[in-house]
Amino acid sequence: MTREQRIKKRYQAEKRFRMLGIGSIAIAIFFVLLLLFKVFSTGSTAFIKTTIQTEVDFNKELLELGDVQNPTIDQIKSAEFFDVTYNAATGLYPYSNADEERNVKQLLSGNYEVEIKNYLINHPDVLGKKVTIELTASDDLDQLHKGNFPRDIPEDRRRLNNFQLNIYDNLVEQGKIGTAFSNYFFFHGDSRDPEIAGVAGAVIGSFFSIIICLLIAFPIALMAAVYLEEFAPKNTVTDIIEININNLAAVPSIVFGLLGLGVLLGVFGLPRSTALVGGITLSLMTLPTIIIACRASLKAVPPSIREGALAVGASKVQTVMHHVVPLAMPGTLSGTIIGLAQALGETAPLLLIGMVAFVVDVPSVPTDPSTSLPVQIYLWSESAERGFVEKTSATIMLLIGFLIIMNSLAVWARQKFERKW
Amino acid sequence: MNQKITSKGVSVFYGDKQALFDVDLNIAEKQVTAMIGPSGCGKSTFLRCLNRMNDVIDICRVQGSIEMDGQNIYDKSVDVVQLREKVGMVFQKPNPFPKSIYENVSYGPNIHGIAKDKTHMDEIVETSLKKAAIWEEVKDRLDQPGTGLSGGQQQRLCIARAISINPDVILMDEPCSALDPIATAKIEELIDELKATYTIAIVTHSMSQAARVSQYTGFFHLGKLIEFNTTDKLFKNPDNKMTQDYITGRFG
Repeated sequence: MTREQRIKKRYQAEKRFRMLGIGSIAIAIFFVLLLLFKVFSTGSTAFIKTTIQTEVDFNKELLELGDVQNPTIDQIKSAEFFDVTYNAATGLYPYSNADEERNVKQLLSGNYEVEIKNYLINHPDVLGKKVTIELTASDDLDQLHKGNFPRDIPEDRRRLNNFQLNIYDNLVEQGKIGTAFSNYFFFHGDSRDPEIAGVAGAVIGSFFSIIICLLIAFPIALMAAVYLEEFAPKNTVTDIIEININNLAAVPSIVFGLLGLGVLLGVFGLPRSTALVGGITLSLMTLPTIIIACRASLKAVPPSIREGALAVGASKVQTVMHHVVPLAMPGTLSGTIIGLAQALGETAPLLLIGMVAFVVDVPSVPTDPSTSLPVQIYLWSESAERGFVEKTSATIMLLIGFLIIMNSLAVWARQKFERKW
Repeated sequence: MNQKITSKGVSVFYGDKQALFDVDLNIAEKQVTAMIGPSGCGKSTFLRCLNRMNDVIDICRVQGSIEMDGQNIYDKSVDVVQLREKVGMVFQKPNPFPKSIYENVSYGPNIHGIAKDKTHMDEIVETSLKKAAIWEEVKDRLDQPGTGLSGGQQQRLCIARAISINPDVILMDEPCSALDPIATAKIEELIDELKATYTIAIVTHSMSQAARVSQYTGFFHLGKLIEFNTTDKLFKNPDNKMTQDYITGRFG
């Protein structure tokens, strides 16, 4: 082979290598974009709900507030709303029999009575007047309006019958069908009705779990890492501990769920389905990851810093606490955040400790029953209603958003506090 | 001449490997004692015995006695932190803390509670930096990171850090090996000034440096102290043939 041929071959090899690299990255980006496209195209409509302009007559007699002059909020709250809401719902369209009456009422969400009541509580001045309120439409109408239900299939296979389709067309013609920001999705707990189901309970549950996980895992992991890295003698015992920590990091997360079930619920009798138990279980799961990250960042602190401190007469503890740990902080912080991000996306262990329960109320303390974001995704993905499909994707978007924020935070922490020496 | 440190029969083991064999070496008060020898001859190991820096290494074991002012520093009753308060150290590679220049110097006085108040601390920092001949260069930027200084300035900052707690002895482990000739000259000049106040033990690779700065020199080879003499004698008319060969560049 001549010199020229060799040079040419080398250039070709380099080009090939680069193409392979670009190819791998292109494939990775393609799949990420595919995932994001799928999630966004299905999920983006979940942030919008369909509304029906409904005429409501806040008749004082029907509310049984006839003889009260200026009713207080409490009086309004305890008023009788049955007739008012019934009249409003059935007033949407004329009907001729009980079936049709039910069909008309079914066009509104299961929560329309509460919506009407809340409207009056927030606007007490409409008492005794007729007003037009935008009420949330039912899931079926919502999906029809978003174009997710085909209209040309036989009536018995449709969720909405011909009578209801007729009403819908009529309402559209009158301009009474509108869209609004879906406040339910962000501020409501779970529900059997997709149109009023929300992620608030799951978000708060996840938040509590992550905070508890952080409070438990970070100090324990940091102390364990500091002891193992800086103080522990290098012998068989510490070797075994090290191997076991590495092993634990690779243990399937569901095993930690079993541990939580057996020990936290079984032995200690902590409340089932709560963020408290979820957080403790997740902290057990993330501990090895965070210990490994902390040890790596402690190890990365140059020995010369330790020597410098020892040489001016700092004790071992002073050396570690004044110099080594602060210098390792960027690494420990980013390792912790990445561990927490892992915990945030974890589903399996939470299923076992009962965080998979159907919880309507938004938890207010960590000992309230709750779900978490990934479990909520799991729950909704199993539901039959069409409305939950878009909610599932929307929740995935939310979860991905949180994960991106946390991982960016980890990168930021590493860069911001990084020191050069 | 007063002997500040007397060592007798010092042997050091790293695990099974013996690094130092039966070294007897005395360090005279307020003089500069240099240790020379080829790489791996044990001179740094010996230096690190003097402030028990070898304690950090798990597998390291020290035998024999090293007495400072008549007290065996390896005695169980000796607190290693108090020992290092009396025996400061400067390392081969400048290793200022990644903190401000001020904090670098104030750290030692701080943990030992030497300063009475802020003004006193300012004084200590200023005198230390002045003694280390770096005050003029850094007095306007005490709050800036010590790691931002040049190599020679960093090393003088480390010297200031070492003298901030007012030790009796300063150990220097090849303090100029990472520095350029101009910075080296400054450090050597500084060592000359410091010996009025402090006892200095210096390990160096450079024979000319040992000849320039020290009054006594020990020559190490393969873990043994081959010859210990006044610097004058050792470089002009050594007793040992091996020393003669080394200083004339026949090996090493």
